[in-house]
Amino acid sequence: MQSMTSVPLSWYLILSAILFALGVAGFVIRRNLITVFMSIELMLNAVNLSFITFSYQLKQVDGHIFSFFVMVVAAAEAAVGLAIILAIFRNRSSLQIDDISSMKY
Amino acid sequence: MDAILFLIFATIAVLCAINLVVQKHPISSALSLIGVMASLAVLYLLLGGEFLAAVQLIVYAGAIMVLFVFVIMLLNAGAERRSNRSLMATLFGVPLLAAFLALVAYVIQRGLPPTEGVYFGGFTQGTPRAIGRVLFTQYLLPFEVTSVLILIAIIGAVVLARKEI
Repeated sequence: MQSMTSVPLSWYLILSAILFALGVAGFVIRRNLITVFMSIELMLNAVNLSFITFSYQLKQVDGHIFSFFVMVVAAAEAAVGLAIILAIFRNRSSLQIDDISSMKY
Repeated sequence: MDAILFLIFATIAVLCAINLVVQKHPISSALSLIGVMASLAVLYLLLGGEFLAAVQLIVYAGAIMVLFVFVIMLLNAGAERRSNRSLMATLFGVPLLAAFLALVAYVIQRGLPPTEGVYFGGFTQGTPRAIGRVLFTQYLLPFEVTSVLILIAIIGAVVLARKEI
């Protein structure tokens, strides 16, 4: 009964890998600062899914704790990152990452 | 039932993630990201993470994404300009990404020892009670250090949001 309806563990891990790869792709190909930042959040979510899957497999709650800490760090990162984006927009009046290249050379 | 729920919400998550990457306007990307987070909350619930499913919806889809949408509205961010990217990148990028993903899936399928599948109710330690007990005994020091991190983040956000910078 349970084996009939259960989902293989690897499906969750493959979904996590797909979401992480899409996050990396968005980080690389998007040219808007806010969208790039949202791609980072997508990668963090993909890693959280992996943590919780392994927590299920090992029957230990530690993965949930790690995932919880990742969420806390993501919240702090979003606050500081959006403040930085606001400061950049105030100085440059642009959100295109092509325009923000003074530290590149 | 578990497989059906997993397939439905995994499909929603992947489609929303693709939409996030493809869309040109940041507000469309933000709404897609909310879709990814909501469907991931359902998957956490299937894996027995009741507390984290609630936190995912309240903190991520609630607080953080509202902050994102708020900043997008505040800055009046429009659709992005196309930048001049090379033809090779578009030609090879997507097939290489697909090949990479296929390789990862193969390694995961081969590398995992044979285990019984994931079914709802197979893990019951994800309740707030169990998580709180571990968080305040075994992981007390990281929890306290996190409060310092959040204090630094608050101070940093306030300093960065001042006029003079």
